[in-house]
Amino acid sequence: MIEITHDELDPKQITDSVADDGAGAVITFLGTTRDNTAGRNVRFLEYEAYRPMADQQLAKVAEEMSERWDLKAVAISHRLGRLAVGETSLVVAVSSAHRRDAYEASAFSIDRIKQIVPIWKKEFFEGGEVWVGSQEDFDPLGVERPASQSWRQ
Amino acid sequence: MDELKITVRFFASYREKAGTSETVVDIPDGATVGDLTSRLAESFPDLTSRPIGLVVAVNQEYRDHSFGLSDGDEAAVIPPVSGGRS
Repeated sequence: MIEITHDELDPKQITDSVADDGAGAVITFLGTTRDNTAGRNVRFLEYEAYRPMADQQLAKVAEEMSERWDLKAVAISHRLGRLAVGETSLVVAVSSAHRRDAYEASAFSIDRIKQIVPIWKKEFFEGGEVWVGSQEDFDPLGVERPASQSWRQ
Repeated sequence: MDELKITVRFFASYREKAGTSETVVDIPDGATVGDLTSRLAESFPDLTSRPIGLVVAVNQEYRDHSFGLSDGDEAAVIPPVSGGRS
């Protein structure tokens, strides 16, 4: 299941969706909204997406995971809209026969989402707001180069 | 056809810098993504001083600056995505 939604994410339900009798491991990653960036207090955040491109790119990330690792199932849900601090903005659930595949694919997915999925985050502080993006490395057409090189096979 | 009509969409920080979420650009037949970004940098001076660095998706696919545009294309100028530090 790949989805982008304004609704609250349900990690349990997303995790259950990758259940498989052949799985020996299930890894669920939750991306949660932090209360500070560089010492500034974040009041709330807003996520926006370019759709349907974001949906297509998210599906592409899931395909790449399944191509590179031996997985049973993948589910990715990304939240949009206004989020309070401490809420879950992203859930990635992966199941595999052996744990290493699920761990590596999970870590890869987060890096890859931040490379190619057109979803943006704005942090609202006391007296200011800022779009968050990794300016230097943004090169979605470039060689696939997840920040964590160790996840490459 | 002498001119291509391209719908340009701006998102997130670029929308704020451009002051609009969408514009229509008429550009000569044969124009590339690079020609479009140069034009956008002229029309929207606050957008960027380095149009070659703009990332563009044409009809929802990332394309490099040598990609040829067609009449009616939708070009989205894509700011760095919601990464932050890994």
